[in-house]
Amino acid sequence: MMNQSTSSNQNNKLVVKLVVIVFGMFTFGFALVPLYDVFCDITGINGKTNETAIVYEATDIDRSRLVTIEFITKTTTGMPWAFKAKTKRIQVHPGELNQVEFYVKNPAFRDIVGQAIPSVSPGTAALYLNKTECFCFNNQPLLAGEDALMPMQFYVDPQIPEDVTYFTVQYTLYDVTAAAQKVAEAQAQASE
Amino acid sequence: MSTATDTLHHDEHDEHHHHHIPKGIKRWLLTTNHKDIGTLYLWFSFIMFLTGGAMAMIIRAELFQPGLQIVDPNFFNQMTTVHGLIMVFGAVMPAFTGLANWLIPMMIGAPDMALPRMNNWSFWILPFAFLILLSSLFLEGGGPAFGWTFYAPLSTTYSSDSTALFVFSVHIMGISSIMGAINVIVTIWNMRAPGMTWMKMPMFVWTWLITAFLLIAVMPVLAGVVTMVLTDKYFGTSFFNAAGGGDPVMFQHIFWFFGHPEVYIMILPAFGIISHIIPTFARKPLFGYASMVYATASIALLSFIVWAHHMFTTGMPVAAEMFFMFATMLISVPTGVKVFNWVATMWRGSMTFEVPMLFAIAFVVLFTIGGLSGLMLAITPVDFQYHDTYFVVAHFHYVLVTGAIFSIMAAAYYWLPKWTGVMYDNTLAKWHFWASLVSVNVLFFPMHFVGLAGMPRRIPDYALQFADFNKWISIGGFAFGLSQLIFLALLIKACRKKGEPASAQVWEGAEGLEWEIPSPAPYHTFETPPIIK
Repeated sequence: MMNQSTSSNQNNKLVVKLVVIVFGMFTFGFALVPLYDVFCDITGINGKTNETAIVYEATDIDRSRLVTIEFITKTTTGMPWAFKAKTKRIQVHPGELNQVEFYVKNPAFRDIVGQAIPSVSPGTAALYLNKTECFCFNNQPLLAGEDALMPMQFYVDPQIPEDVTYFTVQYTLYDVTAAAQKVAEAQAQASE
Repeated sequence: MSTATDTLHHDEHDEHHHHHIPKGIKRWLLTTNHKDIGTLYLWFSFIMFLTGGAMAMIIRAELFQPGLQIVDPNFFNQMTTVHGLIMVFGAVMPAFTGLANWLIPMMIGAPDMALPRMNNWSFWILPFAFLILLSSLFLEGGGPAFGWTFYAPLSTTYSSDSTALFVFSVHIMGISSIMGAINVIVTIWNMRAPGMTWMKMPMFVWTWLITAFLLIAVMPVLAGVVTMVLTDKYFGTSFFNAAGGGDPVMFQHIFWFFGHPEVYIMILPAFGIISHIIPTFARKPLFGYASMVYATASIALLSFIVWAHHMFTTGMPVAAEMFFMFATMLISVPTGVKVFNWVATMWRGSMTFEVPMLFAIAFVVLFTIGGLSGLMLAITPVDFQYHDTYFVVAHFHYVLVTGAIFSIMAAAYYWLPKWTGVMYDNTLAKWHFWASLVSVNVLFFPMHFVGLAGMPRRIPDYALQFADFNKWISIGGFAFGLSQLIFLALLIKACRKKGEPASAQVWEGAEGLEWEIPSPAPYHTFETPPIIK
């Protein structure tokens, strides 16, 4: 007869190791989410830009070259706002602080909260667009019928490679009224 | 390869000391016997194969002519989605698991799987999972209609309420696969008969060992991504929602990180099966056993670094696309080694063409065709033309139907006499093979052409220039579906033990421990392990 206790013991030890691998891979699946962001941050591949304001340090402005930036806007289906870039194209020196403005209007009969998400193309240029002030950092509420001029302040990092002379910034506007309301309700409850 | 010595005849004595085999529903509900559980998996997978096949018949009926005649587009999309889910998770994977359960213990000289009670649960949660999935089709709003790959935001923002049922169903299927994989690894690792070293293991055992590692590595990632879809849809998270700071393309990365190894999970056991059948009917040992093992391991490792070849058109930078292109092309090298080795096994062999061999040879030729279209898809710039067209549909159906499914049928024919104790009806078998062979090619080969001509996939209606090809494809589909009824009749006949009694050896050239025990295999085998020389 086989020695039952050692063989099932061996089996159990191996089962535990394999179950650890299973849970490890499950965690890895979720870890891919921040890993994805880190990867995009480092390489700029995704076209994502900074989500919190960067402080402008007076760096040497590179007056030897100009970088052309185009601004385009888009609203998603069901988001009724008018959304236009007041400056469609600008030529800047790397290191120089600039400001552009975007016009928004809520033509609907209800209050809407919007969230703008920027995307830079080509992705490699995304790393070098440093925003010091942007309406995209926060939700933007507009009352029914209200309009506004939203500023965006930025400078192009002087480290930007020589061969990047032109890039496009697209802002996509989403209706986040429902989500913003949930957050507001949760905060109101928490403070009670 | 490996031979057993004197302990075998003790098995018959041992049987007298065992209780009788239980009968009735309780037997099947409570069994912990690997042979019973293997039988349950195999019948379940065949029923699912016919169910998924019926959905394909609906798809092909709608596509038989241009225009929308039979079903509305949303229902068509549900059929496409559930056909895929059932075939992947309900037919192919459980069939291979059923074969693993039946064969691995016998092939390594073990009395049963390492964890027989977990084995029972691994099976019985599956019908439950598929009941959940299929019932969602009858709910208001319908079942899942976003493709078996359930990309966000289609599956999160634009899906019906039944999506939660889809998610839970996938969770349960995943748990079943993970438990099964753990069982396989522990069994193979710890319970091989004395003298069966790693490089003396049969190829089916090797391929399942490697497959099981792939399963425990990637099924949890599927569980994760499907949970993210659930929370994005129902609990306000923003994994894939750009408005909340997430990214829909990230879904594709995480899904395909699971998805690509998954398709290798669905073919490696097939490779193992073919490596048993061809040597038997060529009466020659497998050519290059060691290289077959290394090739399988290489394919498994490489499968982790090619996932983005499903995403060439998502706007990735060129450098990344080049990496994935070259890595994908690289996988064809170990795969080619395997195909070469099967052919070399046949070379100067003493060949006969029983039905298992017919399916095996068909596998080698047709799987290679599927592989060649895969190589075409790997070339990034041309994939921009092929992506999301019927060319892709042709590719994966060649590797999955004439590949995986044919290997499962080959395995069924090859081992059925061992399981049932009778030879299957050879007339029905030959009709099944030839009807399937002709119809499967009429069904899938023209898909290459319509795909190259520009017909997109997952559409219920198409432009008029694709009509003729679609007509022939549909005819092939109906014929292939009907041909499987021949197989059903044959299986029922064999299970009712109507046929020539089979010997232990069954096939003249067969080698391996499973051919040294009687046919049908006794309920308990290898209670005492044989000693392998």
